[in-house]
Amino acid sequence: MSNDAAVKDLLFRMADDDLIIAHRNSEWTGLGPIMEEDIAFSSIAQDKLGHSLALYTLLQGLGEAEPDTTAFTRDEAQFRCCHLVEYPIGGYDFSLMRHFLFDMADMLRFEMLESSSFEPLAKLAAKVRGEIKYHVFHAATWVEQLGAKGNEESHARMQSSLNQVYPLALGIFEPSQYEAELAAAGIFAGEAALQEKWAAAVAPILERSNLRIPSVADPSPAYGGRRGYHTEHLQPMLTEMTEVFRIDPTASW
Amino acid sequence: MTINSLDPRITRAEIPVDNESTWTPLPDMDQHETYEVFHQEKRGDQPTHVGALHAPNPEMALVFAKEQYARRSRCVSIWVVRTRDIHTIGVEDSDVFETTPAKDYREARGYRVGGKLTEFKRRRAASNE
Repeated sequence: MSNDAAVKDLLFRMADDDLIIAHRNSEWTGLGPIMEEDIAFSSIAQDKLGHSLALYTLLQGLGEAEPDTTAFTRDEAQFRCCHLVEYPIGGYDFSLMRHFLFDMADMLRFEMLESSSFEPLAKLAAKVRGEIKYHVFHAATWVEQLGAKGNEESHARMQSSLNQVYPLALGIFEPSQYEAELAAAGIFAGEAALQEKWAAAVAPILERSNLRIPSVADPSPAYGGRRGYHTEHLQPMLTEMTEVFRIDPTASW
Repeated sequence: MTINSLDPRITRAEIPVDNESTWTPLPDMDQHETYEVFHQEKRGDQPTHVGALHAPNPEMALVFAKEQYARRSRCVSIWVVRTRDIHTIGVEDSDVFETTPAKDYREARGYRVGGKLTEFKRRRAASNE
């Protein structure tokens, strides 16, 4: 297939985003604010790990290594995730706001891909729809809860997290060199189209939550991740994440 | 001196080693109330009680119920109800459900229809031949 390089680039972005946010969110396991939320958030992290596995498996079909090798043996510069997912978990306010802005984009991206001409990806998109719908339901309920139905402190913390996370979230939509090719082939309508849908979807929920979207002065915030330029947080996380795998890469689990 | 754990997340948190400190319980208003969770395994089924959970309000109770009670089993729908909205006749009054043996005509098992049904089916099968 002539679009292989373009499809691979798209799949790597999505798979790496899912793998890294899965690992970050799983860092809350056992430390969540209440038991019920600990279970829910951990389970969402597991779903994301599952989505990354499915995407790495599609990449394997296009000639890449098997998923464990792809996930655990590349170094920082080979990752295509955005900066948003790399940041440490911070406080629960930060993690929830990141979860909300990321998952809304994730849901809308997969929705667009349900009609992709790259059939394996269209099938996967239909399969993960229900899980991601819950992720967004979980995130939006929390954001509204702490933004509009909590107290002064919870509102202030959510607003300050939004100020910090919003410019990072715009980095999700860093355009690739393959935008025109993907759109022309009917594979993916593009990052700009996705960003437009995303902005229209998050705005009413943030408004309901009494939260104001910060004005972002820099028009190209948090870009670089899609080209392998990452924050200082990614490599230490990768080192920790792959620590056990590297003891014996040939072990079967 | 901070806790040095096998779990890097704990080590990173730099928690001081202090065997003397004790936990301060949360004030009462910080405890969430409980919700009872009912799920439906398939369309048309009666909702079945599956357990309870803590939540600050019904919206959050639904968010939690999905992962607590519908994660590992088949489920198409969930109900949550505040525990204090459920009114009960408790087991301490279970004697109100007892009836005297002489009144079995008031119970379903008081009617013996098995023989009549068998006879009806036999006659119907005969007339269909």
